[in-house]
Amino acid sequence: MSIAAKEAEIVEEFEMFEDWTEKYEYLIDLGRALPLIDEGLKTEEYLIKGCQSQVWLNAELKEGKVFYKADSDAQIPKGIVSLLVRVLSDESPNEIVKTELSFIDQIGLKEHLSPTRSNGLVSMVKQMKLYALAFQS
Amino acid sequence: METIEEKAKQIFDVHAIRADFPILSATVNGKPLVYFDNGATSQKPKLVIDSIVNYYSNTNSNIHRGVHHLSQLATDAYEVARSKVSHFINAKSSSEIVFTKGTTEAINLVAQTWGRNYLKPGDEIVVTAMEHHANIVPWQMVCEQTGAVLKVIPMDLNGELILEEAEKIIGLRTRMLAMMHVSNALGTINPVEKVMEMARKVGALILLDGAQAVPHFKVDVQALDCDFYVFSSHKMFGPSGVGILYGKERILAEIPPYQGGGDMIKTVTFEKTTYNDAPFKFEAGTPNIEGGIALGAAIDYINEMNHDEVLNYENSLLHYGTEALLNIDGVRIIGQAVQKVPVISFSIDGLHPYDVGFILDKQGIAVRTGHHCAQPVMDFFKVPGTIRASFAFYNTIEEIDSMISAIHLAKKMLK
Ligand SMILES: Cc1ncc(COP(=O)(O)O)c(C=O)c1O
Repeated sequence: MSIAAKEAEIVEEFEMFEDWTEKYEYLIDLGRALPLIDEGLKTEEYLIKGCQSQVWLNAELKEGKVFYKADSDAQIPKGIVSLLVRVLSDESPNEIVKTELSFIDQIGLKEHLSPTRSNGLVSMVKQMKLYALAFQS
Repeated sequence: METIEEKAKQIFDVHAIRADFPILSATVNGKPLVYFDNGATSQKPKLVIDSIVNYYSNTNSNIHRGVHHLSQLATDAYEVARSKVSHFINAKSSSEIVFTKGTTEAINLVAQTWGRNYLKPGDEIVVTAMEHHANIVPWQMVCEQTGAVLKVIPMDLNGELILEEAEKIIGLRTRMLAMMHVSNALGTINPVEKVMEMARKVGALILLDGAQAVPHFKVDVQALDCDFYVFSSHKMFGPSGVGILYGKERILAEIPPYQGGGDMIKTVTFEKTTYNDAPFKFEAGTPNIEGGIALGAAIDYINEMNHDEVLNYENSLLHYGTEALLNIDGVRIIGQAVQKVPVISFSIDGLHPYDVGFILDKQGIAVRTGHHCAQPVMDFFKVPGTIRASFAFYNTIEEIDSMISAIHLAKKMLK
């Protein structure tokens, strides 16, 4: 499935929810299905810099596709990173590098987009693209 | 028997006070704002906001320079504010009051003027285990520069200092006792008199970080008899970017200036410059003039209040909030000192403070989550951070109830 198709799928899923509590409960549930990074990799090196909760991220290249694993000690960031992993995993480095994600805004989680919000999505996406960039060369 | 709620309502007309603070009627995420982050910064009464507008509308001019009318007005207003600060903490004179950017700068000033010039290798600076980073890092920096050593008075699991240990740590090599009057992360009101007594016996200087004290109770620097007392305007209903360094006149006269520039000098030639007297020798450059003046307005506002009533009311908020939180399964209060200001730091079993803070924010409730610039405190209690509700006299029992139901929802969502 393309990145755009996966985004559309998520937008559709989130459209079912009327209020923010349902939306966040769903987000938290999604976090539980995140492919987890190995415990041994939960180190400084794999940490996405943010001051309030910790998010670790790792990526592997398998047959030309990038696969991400991640984890967080907090549930909301974990839910958010799980959405990103779902959208960007199993794609080629080229696709990942050039993609402009739009689903976050569409599902009403825009507040996480602020570049100054600690553990913002922005730094997660940046880190994921950096992995893709490294695999490209 | 009267409930705490009934008592709180009787002693204080909180709704009249709330009307003085425009921001308190704001909504956040469609809910009425509940502002429980007063430990980070307080909200400002209209009197303070108006004084800034008034300054720029009618007075704006540089101070201590011109002979012209506006410059005189601005200088007078700024110096009147200095004298209000002096009365507010009962200093002997206005010349003991140095305007700074805040508590942080005030501590750095003492570290880099007194510390850098007088500390020798092996000299000791004593702080406590609960300090804000602002009262740790400046001392570590001056230790690196001079070879002095930082010593730490430990605390116990209630968040109270262990005085027997303080006795052992404060000794003949102690040159400075730099400690917080009140803890921002735990709410503890420290028994400063007892610790200061130990420091005085060995001839050490004393700096008290009063950033979290002045917003809650009356401070008298002469009664305390400390050498330095520092605090920030923005935590006591004044504007940000202004803070105060109180220093005893004799000591301020002795220690060298901080930064060089205009206002801090008497005469300048390329061969030799002579410095102005305290407090001006510590105030290089154009200061935050409107900020100083508005701090004066904040002091006027506080002075209008009945301090006993405020104290009683804030205590009832503290007790009501503590009990209500403890009634929630899994809540652990970090900081259970006997003497506390209305600051409640807590964690909830199995939940990350960030998630809780986020879900509270969604419901219009502003609390602080994280390490509160006191990482050693978090390490001591073995938590990644806490959720902190810090109250001011304009908060209400109803707002605490809202927070409690918001926490129940957070618990349900985060399971
Ligand atoms: C106890 C204490 N000391 C120092 C500071 C630093 O104050 P400022 O940031 O205003 O310089 C704070 C502020 O959080 C504080 O709570």
